[in-house]
Amino acid sequence: MTAIPYSPDYAAPQTGRTTYLNATHTIRSWLLTKDHKRIGILYMISITIFFMIGAGGAALVRINLLTPAGILSEPAQYNKAFTIHGVMMVFFFLVPSIPATLGNFLLPLMIGARDVAFPKINLASWYLLIIGSSFALSAILFGGVDTGWTFYTPYSSTFSNTHVVLMIVGIFINGFSSILTGLNFVVTIHKMRAPGMTWFRLPLFVWAMYATSLIFILGTPVIAITLALVAVERLLRVGIFDPALGGDPILFQHMFWFYSHPAVYIMILPSFGVISEVITCFARKRIFGYVFVAFSSVAIAIIGFLVWAHHLFDAGISVYSGLIFSLLSFLVAVPTAVKVFSWTATLYKGSVSLETPMLYALGFIGLFTIGGLTGLMLATLGLDVHLHDTYFVIAHFHYVMVGGAIMAYLGGIHFWWPKMTGKMYPEFWGKIAAAITFLGFNLTFFPQFVLGYLGMPRRYHAYPPEFQVYNVLSTAGASVLAVGYVLPLIYLLWSLKYGAEAGPNPFRSMSLEWQTPSPPPTENFERTPICSQPPYAYDLQTPMGSPVPTAAAT
Amino acid sequence: MDMESPLRIFPDSAATQAWRTDVLFFFELTISVLFVLLIAGAIVYMALRYRRRSEDEVPPYTPSPAIIEWSFMVVPFGIMLIMFFWGGYLYVQDRRPPPGAMQINVIGKQWMWKLQHPEGPREINTLHVPVGRPVKLVMTSQDVIHDFAVPEFRMKMDVVPGTYTVEWFEATKTGEYHLFCDQYCGELHSRMVGRVVVMEPEAYQAWLVGTVPNEPAAVSGARLFQSYGCAACHGQRAPTLAGLYMSKVKLDDGRVVVADEYYLRESIIEPAAKLVAGYGPIMPSFRAQLTEEQIFDLIEYIKSLGLAMDTSVPGALPTGPETRPSTQPFNGYRPDLLPNQPPARQPPTYNETGGSPTRE
Amino acid sequence: MTEHIATEHAHSLVQHQFEDAYQQKEAATLGMWAFLATEVLFFGGLFVAYTIYRHQYPDPFRQGALNLKWYLGGINTAVLLLSSFTMAMAVHAAAIGSNAKIIRYLVLTIIVGGAFLGIKATEYYIEYREHLIPGLNFAHDPPSEEEVGPFVGAFEKVQGWFDRVVPPRQKEEKRSDTEEMFFLFYFIMTAIHATHMIVGIGIMLVLIWMAKHEMFSAQWHNPVENFGLYWHFVDIVWVFLFPTLYLLRQP
Repeated sequence: MTAIPYSPDYAAPQTGRTTYLNATHTIRSWLLTKDHKRIGILYMISITIFFMIGAGGAALVRINLLTPAGILSEPAQYNKAFTIHGVMMVFFFLVPSIPATLGNFLLPLMIGARDVAFPKINLASWYLLIIGSSFALSAILFGGVDTGWTFYTPYSSTFSNTHVVLMIVGIFINGFSSILTGLNFVVTIHKMRAPGMTWFRLPLFVWAMYATSLIFILGTPVIAITLALVAVERLLRVGIFDPALGGDPILFQHMFWFYSHPAVYIMILPSFGVISEVITCFARKRIFGYVFVAFSSVAIAIIGFLVWAHHLFDAGISVYSGLIFSLLSFLVAVPTAVKVFSWTATLYKGSVSLETPMLYALGFIGLFTIGGLTGLMLATLGLDVHLHDTYFVIAHFHYVMVGGAIMAYLGGIHFWWPKMTGKMYPEFWGKIAAAITFLGFNLTFFPQFVLGYLGMPRRYHAYPPEFQVYNVLSTAGASVLAVGYVLPLIYLLWSLKYGAEAGPNPFRSMSLEWQTPSPPPTENFERTPICSQPPYAYDLQTPMGSPVPTAAAT
Repeated sequence: MDMESPLRIFPDSAATQAWRTDVLFFFELTISVLFVLLIAGAIVYMALRYRRRSEDEVPPYTPSPAIIEWSFMVVPFGIMLIMFFWGGYLYVQDRRPPPGAMQINVIGKQWMWKLQHPEGPREINTLHVPVGRPVKLVMTSQDVIHDFAVPEFRMKMDVVPGTYTVEWFEATKTGEYHLFCDQYCGELHSRMVGRVVVMEPEAYQAWLVGTVPNEPAAVSGARLFQSYGCAACHGQRAPTLAGLYMSKVKLDDGRVVVADEYYLRESIIEPAAKLVAGYGPIMPSFRAQLTEEQIFDLIEYIKSLGLAMDTSVPGALPTGPETRPSTQPFNGYRPDLLPNQPPARQPPTYNETGGSPTRE
Repeated sequence: MTEHIATEHAHSLVQHQFEDAYQQKEAATLGMWAFLATEVLFFGGLFVAYTIYRHQYPDPFRQGALNLKWYLGGINTAVLLLSSFTMAMAVHAAAIGSNAKIIRYLVLTIIVGGAFLGIKATEYYIEYREHLIPGLNFAHDPPSEEEVGPFVGAFEKVQGWFDRVVPPRQKEEKRSDTEEMFFLFYFIMTAIHATHMIVGIGIMLVLIWMAKHEMFSAQWHNPVENFGLYWHFVDIVWVFLFPTLYLLRQP
């Protein structure tokens, strides 16, 4: 049993260096930065704020649902609460989360580049997020929106009396933030890889970013134009989707879901990338079936564009359409299954260590599997007739998006926290938070499967009394889940000042981003690394690129 | 549904499609539980068995044989194909009302349900139906999209403005069941609820007779047909409506369509959309003048015109048997092929300007 | 912020994240193609919605097309193709490193593009007088000869001459709501297209400024080349818009 022989100082911190964090200190230097790492941190701060707003909406919803008659708010306010929850969480938190924070930070590091292809456009992306969210937040402050995040017509275009156009403008501008990020990533991955970094030596996180960026580029413009048409319909009082004037409300649904279904793959594919990185590092094994896992990301992105009408099974589409889209929806589950099995198989004969990121990753696999399998139930036409628009659907997508994507996001934040900040998070509290999150999450959302099959509809402010027990369980779980989210916020901030100093590679990963000091210098690597190893070559005991420079160098 | 019953984990099963849905659900649930236990079990087992024993441990290389990779894809896909075919078959059943189904017209509006039995009774938020008889709901909305959902029957369908959607069920147990609106429709979406009351056939008949008498829909439709001037054209310069329902109609661009409820409604709302071959675009649109209920009444009236009328007498009303509730099926049934009667005199040519004197 | 003042040495024009000018050029070009892909999807959504409605309401949409001046649209097509030609000449000028020629051809492109916008504005004015603008003044009754005025009347007469070449159109009695939807699509699609052109003209002004300061050379002229891609794309969108909106006039 020989040691993994890279720099003997692999665990030793290197203080006193110039890093991207302390290279300049002014606010102006942060707000006008072109450094992808700083932009990633800016994103991380912004989306945390948006998450809290969305969580506020969720709190209103769950507290209101404690009693059958609905306490706390009038129906109109309740409708605004769940709309704000959906809009903030989907468009302003989940879509940017991993790509814009971890993706921005890590992508150039993982491929051995100095920065992304277009750093100024990268900064513009962040500003577009800020401008878009300003419009969205002002829509909330001026009274909110009550259409649901899905903006179905003709309610949103003709009947709603809330600030729909203002919110649409916010989402529209935010869409361009996504498009530019995706564009940047695609070009970066194609053109800026270090010498020797071939496509099949890329970390799976990069493959995941690539697939996500394809969806960013091709899907987002469609939601932009669709929502723009709704805004035009509201402003000019004409009938694009209004049946009274010859329009077709189902057309809106088709156009909306043509983006919004690939959008859910935007939300989950980056998580898949994080899980691949974490599992390989904490099991010290190569991923099982690298090529299959890599291609499965791209396959999910492509097939994901072909399944949108499974949201319209009960909207009045023809039986033939239903059958086609059901089959395609099953098809997209195949590459997903490949991933889940591959991650599990990666543990075989590995050296498994259950640090906090690994706990989040393993929790992800369990919860995502449940979410994905219930997705199969929804893809099954005969079942979807009963389950459509009930709490079963809500439970399904929260299992994949919260039990999946958010767990992966938190796991990734913990995993790369030392790389980003140079500090270690407190391991004990990390494990506690992971456990509380896992338990709170299940208590919140598992009862909703039961509620859904019993028939409780979505977006209901009040409900029949026999549903109360499950609603109370769910709200109780939500409060536990909230603790699970607040804890990391506290101890991660605490660690910035009081956390242990981290060395360049505290988890002894083989990936390129760990072969540079923590936090990295602004230019990422002292010399352009040369990649000569397959990824995750733990058995070969050789990291992907040049070794870490010694403490003497600055 | 029993208000005092203990906590339910599973809904009551009160229609023919309910147990069929449940069987499929339990199949998928079993598969899901098995896979979750498999994956979770494997993870827990391997995390323990292969836990890191020393800091410098280097695990060996293990290959990823292609056969295992392909089985990762083929085995799940095979199971999913079973789910697809089974679910698809059930869905096709769900979407095709059986022949002989009793039809109820439904209008959803913010935030209530209006239900119209063809024999006359009109209900609000409550639907009385007999047990053991297929019931077909033809639905439209007056404003935004709603959804008529009865969880205990395991069925729902969106109710869309501007078009008709159809769902059907056959209740198997008497009782009262939840009716929910299952598509967010605005402020009082959660108040747009009601009951489906399933009764024994005799009790249902008694209820039909015992409710405040409304005239049958076809009779209301006949009155509308007169008062809105339809009788002035149809049967002379406009196509006859006798025997029209569910017949094949040849359009001016060569297409042949079936004159179902959707076609009839569209012809009233947007007549220019489908012009019958040989006739000009002179029928005005009645979109602004008729409510959805009145359109349903007119359609019921047209359905009752089973026989041809005497076209030599201008303004004649059809003769024949009394109006009766429609028993024509909606889909999956060969429509009868009664052709349209030829017009009594030549229609105006396509390019003539100037409308007819009776045009509004 | 690196200032890109042209020198004889290409490497000083290379931004810090790139290894060399070749990588930078490759990245910039791929970036522009990726951006054009997003534009295809953006316009594509409109084309799909239009197509679906046209299939559903063939007659009102045909009536709408009859109300457009297809000869003006045809002239505009030729004008835009000409501007693509001048743009291609500008890109060639950049490839041979002649800043003066770049300026010349970019100016020509702006003039020709401006002519397109002028003709489009005229069309919009005609449609305004004929009460065809949804949400503003769309009237179900077509205005009379006196109401539209002599200017618009002249265009109508010219349209009449051209209509002898293609089958004559019938003046409709009344315009339906779905014809209003046709015009909604017409205005939205052409307006978004025109916006792309205006932005393009703005970028060309910046490029002219850069060429005036001798910033382009045979070794480095990425902005001109990539803008050329953008301009040609805007042209292609029009090549699809014109037949879709103007030429589908047959019953």
